[in-house]
Amino acid sequence: MERVFMKGCEAIAEAAVRAGCRFFAGYPITPQNEIPEYFSRRLPEVGGVFIQGESEVASINMVYGAASTGTRSMTSSSSPGISLKSEGISYCAAARIPMVYANVSRGGPGVGSIQPAQMDYLQATKASGNGGFKMMVFAPATVQEAVDMTFAAFDYADRDRNPVLILCDGVIGTMMEPVVMPEMKGDAEIAAIKDGKKSWAAIGHELDYAKRGWIQPGNWSTAVMQQGNEEAAAMYDNWQKNDVQVEQYKVEDAELVMVAYGISARIAKTVVDKYRADGKKVGLIRPITVNPFPYEAIENLNYGQVKTILDVEMSIPAQMLQDVSLAVKGRCPIETCLCSGGNIMKKEQVMDAVAKLI
Amino acid sequence: MEKIYARTKGLRPDVVSGFCPGCMHSTVIKLIGEVLEEMNQMDNAVAVLGIGCCGLHMEYMSYDNVTAPHGRACAVATGIKRANSKSLVYTYQGDGDFASIGLGESVSAANRGENITVIFINNGIYGMTGGQMAPTTLLGMKASTAPKGRIAEEHGYPMHMCEILNQLTAPYYLERTSCNTPQNVLKTRKAIKKAFQNQLDGKGFSMVEIVTSCPTNWGLDTMKSLDYLNEKMLTEYPLGVIRDNG
Amino acid sequence: MERNLCVAGFGGQGVMTLGKFLSQATCDSTDMNVTFFPSYGAEQRGGTANCFVVISDENIGAPVADKMDDLMVMNQPSMDKFLNTLKSGGTLFINSSIVSNDIGRDDVTIVEAPVTELALELGNAKVLNIIMLGVYVGYTGIIEPQIIWNTIEHKLGSKPKLLPLNRQAFEKGMSIGVAARK
Repeated sequence: MERVFMKGCEAIAEAAVRAGCRFFAGYPITPQNEIPEYFSRRLPEVGGVFIQGESEVASINMVYGAASTGTRSMTSSSSPGISLKSEGISYCAAARIPMVYANVSRGGPGVGSIQPAQMDYLQATKASGNGGFKMMVFAPATVQEAVDMTFAAFDYADRDRNPVLILCDGVIGTMMEPVVMPEMKGDAEIAAIKDGKKSWAAIGHELDYAKRGWIQPGNWSTAVMQQGNEEAAAMYDNWQKNDVQVEQYKVEDAELVMVAYGISARIAKTVVDKYRADGKKVGLIRPITVNPFPYEAIENLNYGQVKTILDVEMSIPAQMLQDVSLAVKGRCPIETCLCSGGNIMKKEQVMDAVAKLI
Repeated sequence: MEKIYARTKGLRPDVVSGFCPGCMHSTVIKLIGEVLEEMNQMDNAVAVLGIGCCGLHMEYMSYDNVTAPHGRACAVATGIKRANSKSLVYTYQGDGDFASIGLGESVSAANRGENITVIFINNGIYGMTGGQMAPTTLLGMKASTAPKGRIAEEHGYPMHMCEILNQLTAPYYLERTSCNTPQNVLKTRKAIKKAFQNQLDGKGFSMVEIVTSCPTNWGLDTMKSLDYLNEKMLTEYPLGVIRDNG
Repeated sequence: MERNLCVAGFGGQGVMTLGKFLSQATCDSTDMNVTFFPSYGAEQRGGTANCFVVISDENIGAPVADKMDDLMVMNQPSMDKFLNTLKSGGTLFINSSIVSNDIGRDDVTIVEAPVTELALELGNAKVLNIIMLGVYVGYTGIIEPQIIWNTIEHKLGSKPKLLPLNRQAFEKGMSIGVAARK
């Protein structure tokens, strides 16, 4: 397979097109502008639609509409823009509309900084909008992973009829790396995927109340509402059982285990190698899906052997730490190695943090 | 006996409307259903419902519909229409939805000349939430958030959406109608049909603004609210075709 | 082995292009891992621009290393900003037309090339980055010159008129780099 050298944002857009995404609406915000720009060139080539919305709010709602027709659809933004989209994301989750979006996140809160950060973890995994819905959230650590996850995200979205989030940091979005692209889905396959959603899509149906396409982000009946919440909750539980993705790197004999995702994990991994070369027993657990979170991998560590957990993330205060704590259950101390506000985690900082603990 | 009138097939026959007595929503949704039937578009229609009383009939509509977040109907309709251009897509929005929280989405969709139809219900007040002031509330008109009535110095003036959109180049058809008289009901029906036909012909953005009453939140009985509509609302919002590029 | 490079200069000096050509060529023609990371600012024009290239035969961790093996500075502000990131024993490539070689450090090797002047001599100020790329490739031998040239040729494909000039610029830089190696 041929390697191509691509920027994370552009690679995400191309992967989406190859997965059959035929609708994108977005609004400019740094550092994700290359996603809408790429789609604006690429989608017309494959008979798709690109719209620059008048706002993030409008863009997510255009996606809500387009995805309601069964068309594979996507939007993207960066942290403050994602906050604006949360209304529409909640509607998609409520109405069980499959769609994919990417957050190429930057320093926060507020307008923050345009530099990379991992400060939207809790928003992404716990409360991406009102109403307590959840999504599968993928956290790529390489441009290749961003590609593979975006490609797969559309399948997960369709399987669950639920939004899927690619939680990127600004580093993954803006860096260039060699990638191997998945094969482009053919027109027939894309049409078949869309046809598969005909029964519920808002595309017009024969005149029959029971058969109408009813995109319903709410209901007057509280009983119907609760039933929908229960079904969603059962789906979330299933993810926890079946869809957790995690990388466990040299943890078998580790006395210090780092937990890190995305770009931080990449840096932490090189730190593991450094210390291993000196015979130090350091390991890494990298959540690949941050929701569902790999609680089990952390829970099942041998706490007779593991002396300390080191939570490494580009957020102050730490956010993933909450999930790590839930899994560690007080069986060993958890320390943190953090940076924030747009500063990229330095290898030296992680080296020093580890040095203090071994 | 020959049956000369029946409820539109667009609405389930076995459910009673949830609208207040004297509310003109029921008239307008009946008209939309009748027009869709007449045009043979019921199985091709997708309604995008705004938040508020506009969504009250979603339960008993018998054709496809999507509930949009408050104010976002024109953006949702844009997505639906662009992704599936053969559908007949219309939004059904009140004044709070279309002219206040959704002003950006409304003006932008009109400015892009989206090939959709907007049915805009203007009764000068928020209905479902309980009579709060809208951008279209008349000067002096009392609202639950303007207990002394709308005051220009504090609240500005009523917004004229047809006229605002008429400043844009792209819109194809803008008409203001009412349902205050049988004659105007028929005119409204004609305008809705024309707006739908424009969309089927690929003409772009069409809007029918329908000036209606809200007896409950105006605090008037049904007959007095009609008087108020005739005397006050239609003075502020004169009926007629504002633009027709056809 | 991992090699870290930082390229820094004014916006408009082709700093990003230089880094991209180098990393693109590495991707296209080797099995090495490579990352290119542009540091981005809010300004569209002016200001300083810098990018980071990491080339490694192993997995790359941070696309921005704490310490650089190589530093290329195209203007004085970049020198002031980045000199302390160059590791002891590293190599400093300077645009000696406008950057002083008086750096107050004797633990690094300095390779000088007056690329602003050379570019003007070639008749186009814009090719200074291609000259500097030539210097870097000539000095480090990190990648076959022909491979880099193929990438430049491919990237400039839509503007074939510019090829002879860029070829000259690249070769000029190469000869400076090779000469400095000894």
